[in-house]
Amino acid sequence: MSEATSESSGTGSRLSWAAADSWTMTRRELAHWARQPVQVVVGLVFPVMMLLMFSYLIGGGQGVAGDFKAYLLPGMLTMTMAFGLEATMLAVTQDLGKGVIDRFRSMPMNQGAVLVGRSVADMLQSVVGLVVMVAVGYAIGWRWHEGLASFLGAMGLLLLLRFAMLWVGIHLAMVAGKPELVQAVQILVWPVSFLSNAIASPESMPSWLGTIVEWNPMSATATAVRALFGNPGAGGDSWAATHAELLAVAWPVVLIAVFFPLAVKRFRDLSR
Amino acid sequence: MPDHDLAIVVEGLRKRYGSKQALDGLDLTVRAGTVQGILGPNGAGKTTAVRIMSTLLRPDEGRVEVGGVDVRTRADEVRSRIGLLGQNAAVDEELSGRQNLEMFGRLYHLGARRAGARADELLARFGLADTGNKAVKQYSGGMRRRLDLAASLISRPGVLFLDEPTTGLDPRGRMEVWNAVRSLVGGGTTVLLTTQYLEEADQLADQIAVIDHGKVIAEGTADELKSKIGGDRIDVVLHDVAQLARAASLLPGDVVVDEDRRMVSASITDRMAALTEAVRALEAAGIEAEDIVLRRPTLDEVFMHLTRDDAEVAA
Repeated sequence: MSEATSESSGTGSRLSWAAADSWTMTRRELAHWARQPVQVVVGLVFPVMMLLMFSYLIGGGQGVAGDFKAYLLPGMLTMTMAFGLEATMLAVTQDLGKGVIDRFRSMPMNQGAVLVGRSVADMLQSVVGLVVMVAVGYAIGWRWHEGLASFLGAMGLLLLLRFAMLWVGIHLAMVAGKPELVQAVQILVWPVSFLSNAIASPESMPSWLGTIVEWNPMSATATAVRALFGNPGAGGDSWAATHAELLAVAWPVVLIAVFFPLAVKRFRDLSR
Repeated sequence: MPDHDLAIVVEGLRKRYGSKQALDGLDLTVRAGTVQGILGPNGAGKTTAVRIMSTLLRPDEGRVEVGGVDVRTRADEVRSRIGLLGQNAAVDEELSGRQNLEMFGRLYHLGARRAGARADELLARFGLADTGNKAVKQYSGGMRRRLDLAASLISRPGVLFLDEPTTGLDPRGRMEVWNAVRSLVGGGTTVLLTTQYLEEADQLADQIAVIDHGKVIAEGTADELKSKIGGDRIDVVLHDVAQLARAASLLPGDVVVDEDRRMVSASITDRMAALTEAVRALEAAGIEAEDIVLRRPTLDEVFMHLTRDDAEVAA
């Protein structure tokens, strides 16, 4: 009677269905982009506008020694990754609100595929976002001075931060379940971003504030990326400032270790 | 009765949300190939019951088998046998109707080619072939509902759950959904349908379970339920609203007055005798009747009667 029972229950076939289902869910997100090209373009243009604004309009850079553009671009790349939190939250909240998740959950598909599809799509979007930002940066005179391996290492650290934000976003969206919280987060990412060394150097701030800024996960990523690009850094001789590479890995790993299981549990608990 | 005759077996289902006992010992059996109506007011536990039966929600207590398979321990097997039409349209609004059906087909593991073919087949069957490439957010409510129904039929499920399938639809949309359900039942699908509309249960369901406060308070066919509140009724429509109260005092049994419709309605036992007596009594009192009708009680009356009894028991 049913057409959907053709799969065997072997581990191998289960894994290949999990992969197939995840790809189907990823394709769903890609189809969304194709249907809403304007939204995709706006999403890409927004960080570019911020980059140009800070380069040419606001400019100067509080307490930054040397070329501000070289300092700014890694900061803006980091901010773009952190702002991905909103995009993930918005998408998950919308899905939960629409009831389409209920259909997925009532189907004999791999249940993890819903989350895997979300992550793959968000990561792809972030890669595209990074490429656009780097290209624009190059066009306005930013350069990196180390080899390709360092360049790719920097991209890897940025995407690691984005991956951490992804799971924080999925978890928060499921905790809130409502678009109102997304708005609150959209507002909060601004002060949190400015409380990093993305745009200004902590050297220019009161020392207690500088300490908070140096420990911000975004500062660690931005500092490590600056070093890998061979761009001027934020300076500072605190433990956090001198161990930025370590923290740029440790912070996201800790966030993922905390929020990945929480998000998965939340998803499972939809049936409670 | 051998178990394979029963498409759904529900035993002692309980579910609590905080201080609210949504389900309080729900029992139900649904025979294969029939339409089971679940009738109840808002908050009676209809949706909670459907969500448990369709694997979306775990019960606190109790057991559900769909096609002889336990929904808790073998959820995936149940999922491959059922279709679900929830209260909210469970489709992706940004995608086209065809993209939705194809995606769901792939997720039912039909493979790309069969998923595409099945999508086209269902679009044609539900009159969506022309609009299959439009985004769902441009669909009317009725179209959206039909697409949702098409999505729940992709795997040719043996058991279909419909949770308030016509809530929020205009009369035309409602007719479209009703016709679709009727044609499915012809194909041997077991349908469990929740509704607040008595007319809908009357039209579609073979068996009706009336639920209130999380348990079944009455069960049977529409006719059986109607005879439960004491047989036939006589409706008298008057010219003059002012005479309603007087007319009510002349009629026998359990009398209901409806001022908006200028009508008194009374329960009767002997049809012909009651009609003669009513006409005579009204004439003697000089009350002019515009219309006099003998009829079976409506499910509305049964429903009001049953839920009122229940409130009295609870009080």
